[in-house]
Amino acid sequence: MGLIAKDKTIVVPGEILAEGMDYLPGQGAFREKEKVISSRLGLVNVDGRAIKVIPLAGTYLPKRGDQIICKVQDISYTGWRVNTNTAYTAVLSMKEATTAYIERGADLSKYFAIGDYIMAEVTNVTEQNLIDISMRGPRLKKLIGGRIIEVSPVKVPRIIGRKGSMVSMIKNATGCEIIVGQNGLIWIKGEPDNERLAVDTVKYVEKNSHKQGLTEDVEKFLKEKTGK
Amino acid sequence: MAYTKRLDGRAFDEVREIEAKVGVIKKARGSGYFRMGKTEAYAAVYGPREIYPKFLADPKKGILRCNYNMLPFSSSGERVRPGPSRRSREISMVTQKAINPVLDLSDYPNSVLDVFIELTQTDAGSRCAGICAASLALADAGVMMKDLVVSVAVGCIDGQIVADLTYEEEAYNGKVADIPVAILPRTGKITLLQMDGEMSKEQLMQALELAKKLAPSFYEVQKKALKAKFEEKK
Repeated sequence: MGLIAKDKTIVVPGEILAEGMDYLPGQGAFREKEKVISSRLGLVNVDGRAIKVIPLAGTYLPKRGDQIICKVQDISYTGWRVNTNTAYTAVLSMKEATTAYIERGADLSKYFAIGDYIMAEVTNVTEQNLIDISMRGPRLKKLIGGRIIEVSPVKVPRIIGRKGSMVSMIKNATGCEIIVGQNGLIWIKGEPDNERLAVDTVKYVEKNSHKQGLTEDVEKFLKEKTGK
Repeated sequence: MAYTKRLDGRAFDEVREIEAKVGVIKKARGSGYFRMGKTEAYAAVYGPREIYPKFLADPKKGILRCNYNMLPFSSSGERVRPGPSRRSREISMVTQKAINPVLDLSDYPNSVLDVFIELTQTDAGSRCAGICAASLALADAGVMMKDLVVSVAVGCIDGQIVADLTYEEEAYNGKVADIPVAILPRTGKITLLQMDGEMSKEQLMQALELAKKLAPSFYEVQKKALKAKFEEKK
């Protein structure tokens, strides 16, 4: 009876987390008769009576208001089809892309060409998980230059840190511009050497995201590399 | 002639050495490796992604698509002719059906999750190794699943119930039956059951009991492999 898996430990699908009715299954867990069982690979998080499993791997599930980095895949008469790093592509309509006046039949590749990366916001998510995106709003722009790296979308909250603390630490130490998309794509722009350091640091955070005291570790990692 | 001693000296209910790893294929969303003796399977998960042809799509949930492939040099006998065959299509299908009951793909309607199972070396029990590797890969990819799936072959050679037959034993000159079984270790439910050869009803029941008895040890190996990925970096 009671809690079987310890708090902050790694569990696998099918592992019994708790027995008895004292605990409730949260996200990533389910109840089967008397038992609470994990349904994914992740870290156990016990919050009062609720047990949830924080994923250590997984795909990006879009939420309204998320800012994501997309890659332009195709151009049509009315807009752009973009890859959103979900199972489906999204259409960015002309109206949502820019406030500029566009002549009928104009060459849309002047604005965004195939292969360009853009920062967009999710304005709506349907029940089928299809999304509408827009580029109207602060911070939303075409990403020019720099490089794009891909990380696991479930690690994004750790890379951003509490109120952006982690990413601003990396920004300050490397002097790079960094934009983190909720869908796991990250844009980094700066001096080539600094860019490389920023990439290494982000990868380091991704690798060690399940550990405690990560901020200090990253600070140490950056100090070692920059020699400051 | 009774089968009194196994050809490779194992006990009758003893399986071959098993080994599991995850994260072996970097570019895949998730990947797994499973080895039973000389049988080695790699599995890689890609997606969820758009499905083609479109009529296969399910608007309520994502679908699982498995692809079992024996590499040309993998056989213990002759070279395997590359490309799909009747046998590989069948095994792909049973693998998919063995794993599907534990998956929850309702987050990915109209899409497909592709699992590619490649066998680099085989010595019987390849579909079992494939299922074990595929379930590891899916867990590594972070897919919602009720349980891992384990799979083991049991059989009967000249009236003797044995576990995890090798190719040599399958080709034994006598009455041989070979039953690959996939089991959900927590509940003991069976998701794959095939049989090759002949045996009595009692022997079949005994063999299935043996398979159920072996399942937890496979689950432990898989569990350890999944956790080791995060612990080694400490």
